[in-house]
Amino acid sequence: MSLRAAPRTGLLLVAPALLLLAAVTAYPALWVLWLSLQRRVPIFGIAQFEGAGNYLFLAGDPRFWSATRITLAFTVISVLLELVLGLLVALALAGQRRGRRLALSLLLLAWALPGVVTAKLFEWLYNPAAGLVNYLLLGAQINWLGDPALALPGLIVADVWRTMPLVALLCYARLLTIPAEIYEAARVDGAGDLAAFLRITLPLCRSILLIALLFRTLDALRAFDLMFILTGGGPAGTTETLTVYAYRSLFQTLHLGLGSAIAVVVFGLVMLVAWGYLRALRREGLTA
Amino acid sequence: MTRAILVVCLAGALALTGCADSSPRDGGGGPVTVVFKHAKLLGPVDPLAPLLVEFAALHPEIRVRAEALPWSSDEQRQFLVINLEGGNPGFDVMMLDCIWVPEFARAGWLLDLTPSLPPGELAAHFPSAAEAARYRGRDWALPWMMNVGLLYYRADLLARHGLRPPETYDELVAAIRRIRAAEGNPRLEGYLWQGKQYEGLVVNVLEGLWAAGTRVLGDDGRVFPDPERAEAVLRFLRGLITEGLSPPWTTAADEEITRRAFGQGEAIFLRSWPYAADLFELPDSPVRGKVGLAPLPRHATGTAGAGSTGGAHLGVARGTRHPEAAITLARFLTSERAQRVMAESGAVKPTRPALYHDPALVRAFPSLPRIHDLTLAGRPRPVTPAYVILSTTLQPELSAALVGVKTPAETVAHSRRRLEFLLEGLGG
Repeated sequence: MSLRAAPRTGLLLVAPALLLLAAVTAYPALWVLWLSLQRRVPIFGIAQFEGAGNYLFLAGDPRFWSATRITLAFTVISVLLELVLGLLVALALAGQRRGRRLALSLLLLAWALPGVVTAKLFEWLYNPAAGLVNYLLLGAQINWLGDPALALPGLIVADVWRTMPLVALLCYARLLTIPAEIYEAARVDGAGDLAAFLRITLPLCRSILLIALLFRTLDALRAFDLMFILTGGGPAGTTETLTVYAYRSLFQTLHLGLGSAIAVVVFGLVMLVAWGYLRALRREGLTA
Repeated sequence: MTRAILVVCLAGALALTGCADSSPRDGGGGPVTVVFKHAKLLGPVDPLAPLLVEFAALHPEIRVRAEALPWSSDEQRQFLVINLEGGNPGFDVMMLDCIWVPEFARAGWLLDLTPSLPPGELAAHFPSAAEAARYRGRDWALPWMMNVGLLYYRADLLARHGLRPPETYDELVAAIRRIRAAEGNPRLEGYLWQGKQYEGLVVNVLEGLWAAGTRVLGDDGRVFPDPERAEAVLRFLRGLITEGLSPPWTTAADEEITRRAFGQGEAIFLRSWPYAADLFELPDSPVRGKVGLAPLPRHATGTAGAGSTGGAHLGVARGTRHPEAAITLARFLTSERAQRVMAESGAVKPTRPALYHDPALVRAFPSLPRIHDLTLAGRPRPVTPAYVILSTTLQPELSAALVGVKTPAETVAHSRRRLEFLLEGLGG
């Protein structure tokens, strides 16, 4: 096979995969975009094109802006906490001599639980009368999920508990590949623990942290199951994220056009963030 | 992309490519197959399997394939909507929450059962159950299971303090104050009800509105036709929490959380559904033999309290290839015979009043006659295709009033503005 023919053959070979991807991602995405330009309420037989109407409604819709704020707050806080705690747990794991296997299994357990199970678990932990959280706070009567100021922090804690292990495992894997000689050399040069962490560990974990940041941010922007099950978006809508609002519009009030418009906004937000991260990663030389 | 969109998109894609067409085709002559979509019934034994065996013996010409719907009500609705909207649902008979019936009928997804029902068939069910399935003068589904909101009270505590079950909310509040002062137990809660931001909260508020002699939708379609009374109801509910008559966690409470707390003996009153009655009488229940059932109280401005009725209906998909077989199955499952078997299993309450006085059933479930009276006095939620729009729009607003983020007046005004915008032009 000549070298010149190779690209064409290659394209031919990936064509089935590309077609499949197009069928299951591009087609539905375009369909949602098309839906979002319509006023479509199937129950009432309404299906008419109305251009940017749904988007204009969202622009003046306080519930949409509240959901946007909540989504962003949830994403920034939970992802930051997950990265910091994940790295700390990874360091602790790497420094541990015994029981690593047990610690890893426990970490994986939290990560492996389905979201619905995690949500139910936290429903009990947060139960004001019988929950473990209030028991550990010496019988405090804190109304975690029913107080508008505490419900979102409560959800963030649940999300951090569930996904911090992913970050921890990624960082732990990276830490294992750092040769001990580097640390020994640093120590010989007079570096303390803190200096070694700041000058060696952190820079070497930088790229894996960026990847974890990408995964976690994209996931958090689409957060749905925890709030849907634990609070239903309440109290007073204080935990309603964009995806919960989209779900309610799509499947509960069956305003398909409006729900699709919200979904398109989420999609755009996710693409924007992904694009930003991919640029950052390329600068790190991590992608082709 | 969100999971929800993916689901809707995939469903759309599948419908287009014809993969969703799972409904079996029959050559002429042989038995026809009817696909029956239902939620799994909770309870000690599953009554459905033996009933379907019985049906097969009665109707050898019909083969039934029963398939379970997803677990939660939201997911069931999502499944049904996606498949029915696709136009080729792949099932013939479906179990429906009663609040969806007018909506699905309006969407053209249900077969009009009116011509297929012998006169008087629906008269044997509770009027509110039959009413919930009637839309534009036609009958769209058959009542299958019944539910009604009611007041549970600790009969032992009330008796010890010389009190009778409260007829008004003022009496309920007075009873809580008196019993708690005398019992001296700081852990004993007063009145438990459902205040989480979900359908249950709307039900609790609707019952409050009825108890105060008003409604959420007026005859002219106005939302909160009597705003002063609506505000008073919201103020009362918020007051229950701020004054400690209901625990602060009421704002996150659903049926199960409140049922468990009351079942542990931690409260004097509970608003819940009939299913709780049987659980309170289980052998290891701390409140066994101490629980009474009463109608929900009324407010001073109202004439009578009423519990919201609820439950499940059976509908037939309009796209079914075997309408007669599907209707035969739906009529069999909602018949007195089938409902008796289901009631015996302890899973659900029947929609046929006659069964509530059946000696064998009453022996097994002594609270049945009482529940009958309460159900008869119950009222359906607004029977309109826009009910789910109404409810999901009200949920965050009502929750805001409960947690004190909005005043009752703001809640009423905001709900009205938003709903009148959303409902405009939708018609009945």
